[in-house]
Amino acid sequence: MIAAILIILSITAFIGLVLGYASIKLKTDGDPIIDRIDKILPQTQCGQCGYPGCKPYATAIANGEADINQCPPGGDDGVHKLADLLGVEYKPLNAEHGETKPKSIAIIDESTCIGCTLCIQACPVDAIIGAAKQMHTIVEKECTGCELCLPPCPVDCIEMVEIPETTDNWKWKYPIHPIKQQH
Amino acid sequence: MTEYFLIIISVVFVNNIVLTKILGLCPFMGVSKKLDTSVSMSAATAFVLTIGSITSWLINYFLLVPYNLEYLRTISFIVVIAAVVQFTEMVMEKNYPYLYRVLGIFLPLITTNCAVLGIPLLNAQLSHNLLEAAIFGLGGALGFSFVLILFASLREKFEGANTPQAMKGSAIAMLTAGLMSLSFMGFIGLDRL
Repeated sequence: MIAAILIILSITAFIGLVLGYASIKLKTDGDPIIDRIDKILPQTQCGQCGYPGCKPYATAIANGEADINQCPPGGDDGVHKLADLLGVEYKPLNAEHGETKPKSIAIIDESTCIGCTLCIQACPVDAIIGAAKQMHTIVEKECTGCELCLPPCPVDCIEMVEIPETTDNWKWKYPIHPIKQQH
Repeated sequence: MTEYFLIIISVVFVNNIVLTKILGLCPFMGVSKKLDTSVSMSAATAFVLTIGSITSWLINYFLLVPYNLEYLRTISFIVVIAAVVQFTEMVMEKNYPYLYRVLGIFLPLITTNCAVLGIPLLNAQLSHNLLEAAIFGLGGALGFSFVLILFASLREKFEGANTPQAMKGSAIAMLTAGLMSLSFMGFIGLDRL
């Protein structure tokens, strides 16, 4: 009886010590899964998923709070990649969060712009430059096409322009094979 | 040498841990939807089972048997296996991130599933020595991986097959598991040379 208690106690105490020591000694920073989810997301920072940006959405997915089908800019392809990474079933994009649009960027009609700076405050990636009462313009390279600058503009001078496919940005399309039997 | 070979054959085919002993059914049904997750699962199980049977053999031989405490087997095996897995997971996360990415979430999942506990208990019951226990553990893992991968490949085929409406999903999977178990009965007698 005493021997039994002593042995169980010593086993658990030893294990507790080793694990406690290991958790201090072998600590790793950050959760790698959040970074990997974040890498798949398109980084438009558009907030269509209901979270303030791509990183918060990635954190929510990793914690199991959000579903994987809330990112319209990522499209079907993005949902497939997330499903593969997390080992869950693919599900079609949730229409509540908007639909996938062709990749486009915002262009400011510079002659109409009154220089109110409202769109500068709305831009999540700091792609708009300008100052109060000065004409604003968009750094095309930085623009993610999130459309967050459209609603605040009082004179509606911002327009979304589709990026045409050129030899510079063309890439191979993924092959698509129908796996399910067609009825 | 022959006896070790026989242990492996016996535990992979004849006394297969999933289909004959009916242990470890939760990962068998749960993680068999996709082939690649089932491969990761198999690797993690192989790892845990081998480590688990060695450590619990040591605990059993050096601590429990000398003091006549065999009745503490179950609880001490659970604690020790869980701790060893936890520890290796930490070491892996720190030093082998790639391996951790492959096995990652599966390791804590299987810490003490019934197969992982069942193999060390069987080891103690059959009074294996250390090498036999390790081979028994590895063989059990091989058997588990074998049927899990077979089953996952079958289930992937069902996705595209023209299954009757009432049989879709889990129903056909259960039936298949039953039929697989039935067919593994055919291996009985293979280990008696």
